[in-house]
Amino acid sequence: MWKSLLLALTLLPGLTAPAVAQSAGAAPAAGPSAEVAKHIADVASADALVQEAAAVALGKTGDRKILPLLEALREGSVYVRPLPGGKKETVIVGDKVSEGDKTLVPLFRAYGRDALTGSDGKPLLADLTTLEEVSTGRRLRIAIRPLIDAFSGQSDLANPDPATRRAAATKMGYTGDAATRQVLEEALGKEQDRWARFALQEAIALIQLRTGSDGERVAAAEALGRLRSANAMEPLYQLAGDAQTPAPLATAARAAIKRIERWGLFTQAIEIAFQGLSLSSILLLMALGLAIVFGLMGVINMAHGELMALGAYATFLMQGWFAAHFPAYFDYYFLVALPFSFLVSATAGLVLERGVIRLLYGRPLETLLLTWGVSLMIQQGLRLWFGAANVDVSSPRWLSGGIPVMIGVQLPYNRLFIIGLAAVCVAAMYFLLFRTDAGLRIRAVTQNRGMAACLGVRARWVDAGTFALGAGLAGLAGCAITQIGNVGPELGQNYIVDSFMVVVTGGVGKLLGSILAAVGIGGLNKIIEPGMGAVFGKVLILVLVIVFIQRRPAGLFATKGRYAES
Amino acid sequence: MRSLEAWGLAGVAVLLVVVLPGLNALPAGSPLRISDFTLNLFGKFLAYAILALGIDLIWGYTGVLSLGHGVFFGLGAYAMGMHLMLEIGTRSVYGNVLPDFMVWNRVTELPLFWKPFYSVPFTLLAIVVVPALFAFVFGYFTFRSRIRGVYFSIITQALALSTWLMFNRNAMNLGGTNGLSGFKSVFGFTLNSAATQRGLYVATALCLCGAFVLCRTIVRSPAGRVLIAIRDSETRVLFSGYSPAAFKLFVFVVSAVLAGVAGALYAPQVGIITPAKIGVLPSIEMIIWVAVGGRGTLLGPVVGALGVNWLQSTLTTHYPDLWLLVLGGLFVAVVLFFPDGVVGTAQKLLKGGGRLGVMGVRLTGRPHEGRRPEEAKPQTEVPHRQAR
Repeated sequence: MWKSLLLALTLLPGLTAPAVAQSAGAAPAAGPSAEVAKHIADVASADALVQEAAAVALGKTGDRKILPLLEALREGSVYVRPLPGGKKETVIVGDKVSEGDKTLVPLFRAYGRDALTGSDGKPLLADLTTLEEVSTGRRLRIAIRPLIDAFSGQSDLANPDPATRRAAATKMGYTGDAATRQVLEEALGKEQDRWARFALQEAIALIQLRTGSDGERVAAAEALGRLRSANAMEPLYQLAGDAQTPAPLATAARAAIKRIERWGLFTQAIEIAFQGLSLSSILLLMALGLAIVFGLMGVINMAHGELMALGAYATFLMQGWFAAHFPAYFDYYFLVALPFSFLVSATAGLVLERGVIRLLYGRPLETLLLTWGVSLMIQQGLRLWFGAANVDVSSPRWLSGGIPVMIGVQLPYNRLFIIGLAAVCVAAMYFLLFRTDAGLRIRAVTQNRGMAACLGVRARWVDAGTFALGAGLAGLAGCAITQIGNVGPELGQNYIVDSFMVVVTGGVGKLLGSILAAVGIGGLNKIIEPGMGAVFGKVLILVLVIVFIQRRPAGLFATKGRYAES
Repeated sequence: MRSLEAWGLAGVAVLLVVVLPGLNALPAGSPLRISDFTLNLFGKFLAYAILALGIDLIWGYTGVLSLGHGVFFGLGAYAMGMHLMLEIGTRSVYGNVLPDFMVWNRVTELPLFWKPFYSVPFTLLAIVVVPALFAFVFGYFTFRSRIRGVYFSIITQALALSTWLMFNRNAMNLGGTNGLSGFKSVFGFTLNSAATQRGLYVATALCLCGAFVLCRTIVRSPAGRVLIAIRDSETRVLFSGYSPAAFKLFVFVVSAVLAGVAGALYAPQVGIITPAKIGVLPSIEMIIWVAVGGRGTLLGPVVGALGVNWLQSTLTTHYPDLWLLVLGGLFVAVVLFFPDGVVGTAQKLLKGGGRLGVMGVRLTGRPHEGRRPEEAKPQTEVPHRQAR
């Protein structure tokens, strides 16, 4: 009860503000009809039954100017004031003001909550002791609640944003009664948006299922089955399980449940595929850099995961910087964070390559140990600097929510964004490798370092540039991961083994192989997870990779020809 | 010269097996006495040294870098731990015959695979056979398909990761994240007494001596020559009519057994074994012991295991935040500046002819002379399949 009271209190200023603004205008507010005026007087009655009947009757009018009164009733701020001439008037009182030893309250009209003004035009203040409080019992407050909900739902149903309309309809479906149903049906007649229509239909059927006649309820159950409404599962289960449910209704409920459940499996499959695809995108961003660097320099970069973590933390820093300096443009921090995390990781990669890795070309086992050491140091550095706990990176508003594609399936924007990002990166890599001079040099050095160097390619420059590029891609992956996962010092560790699996399966330095392997491993991970648990998923993938390598030791797409042997 | 070396090694063996526990057995207050804690710590390090010897055999001599040795260590330790858990019997917290964690997880009956561990001979056998079998199966499939170099390392690392994940699961009935702990006695001797701990220490020291002799025998045998040849050029070994896969498999199994024995000695001395000991990080930490000590020498891994672990226990007590930084630094420093490790460098200095490897550029000697082409190209397609 206290909770709803508080809610009403917080809602009140927002709701009343327009009313006040209206009354400030010169035009006098239209008075209530005689019938409404009588109900308003009855609400103040000492008889609880009369009171309740009056409140419900007011609610039925659907007149928006009644809403403040209902809310005030729930809040307990409705009073009766004596008028000169023995008459009485129901009023709403505002916040208390102390003046000396007296407690004064501003008065508002019950209808529309316009401020009452004295003869001098100033707001009328009355001593609280001269007013008679209207008692509101628990029963009354319970009766009022759905009325208020219907009012707020009604205004939300007219909201220009389809998502708000959808949410309002769904909410009204849970709590509404026959009156709400009428409102919903009216809204349905005007509604154009496909998903809002669906929510409205669902809500109407839900209400029918609860409050309709026997025939209507059977029809509602069938309608819910047709709609494949996941929200209807609980009431349908109750009906199907309840022995007192009439037989045709129970049958209809069971049929509907079956239908909805089958649809649920289908949508789940789509969701899993989609999640697998977004995980694959992350793995792909990681593996692209790893595979190209490995193919080019024979360097196993165990610190690649930490370069990714650096990208994620760069995003975190950019978020903090925007919050501190440009709070108005906070939502766009992510757009700046993308290139920033790329640069941070690429710089770190360049330092790593120029600093130590260039000393160890052609000794993969040693670079493996060295980069592992570097990864430990970066990891511990992050832990000391940012703390061992995960940091919080919030999603910008334009990445929250999603596109509903079919009933019960919504594709979240953040995952779509990640998939798009990976696609763009792959396209850019393809362009770079196969359509530019720089790419030609990279491929030349990968195939035959000595010969390329003889022909004037600066192999060391190519190495440094490629390594930085691969690191930058890891940074982008880190920036992307902030939208769907936790950001902590161990972030890189969680992805590095999977990324290497992708490299091993896809073949070294192969773009297409990496893509297929990433999609395969990422997808498999998500497919196995719900059925057998993440652990068996990992183990199974390891076994599959080993079996696969038995068949194709050089990965999906082995380089053919003599240079493979070198 | 040869006999001098043998005498030196024998002296070290006597020091480890007889003198140290003897000093521990002195009455309390004696100035030369080694405390129970120190001896126990040293026992743990010696168990690690056995493991390091195994890694040296496969990495230092054969050139195969396994990043999954924590798995074999864990298999041995868990085999021993399971027996110790059953030995607790009704002395557990819940007074149930079942181990405490099973009572916790509402397991009512002892799982079938636990039952044989009541038997001491079976346990002792399992410590050797389980890691060996596991290594054999895994090694057979990986070596057969000529997965080598970094590919092998990555696959073994994935193995460590997935085993770690498996052992973390409560459904495995191996204690989940908390592992096995609360041991009361080992083969009937109370673990709580100093004498039992001393006995365990002596057993560990003897096992280390045995492992050392075994490795020395292997390395000096003709088979050992082949191992070194595989390290230096696997393709040439293959073309000379040997089967590198068979030799690698053999040495992989031996090193897994050594790791398993080390684990079995570790569990009762430390009193707990958890999945945290078998994951990716511990597996690669084991590599650094060997690298610091000096791979390709037999004394190196022992020195490295003792030295690095001593450093770790000192640092983690005084500067817990620094340890990972130091560990990372050790990796970098060893690879860049001391590729031969402490013992290898010392040997070269003693011989006088060699110079220090500076900045990763090797000026003398083994193991990896210069940049070798087949390492620069990690994926080698060997054309003569029938040569095997």
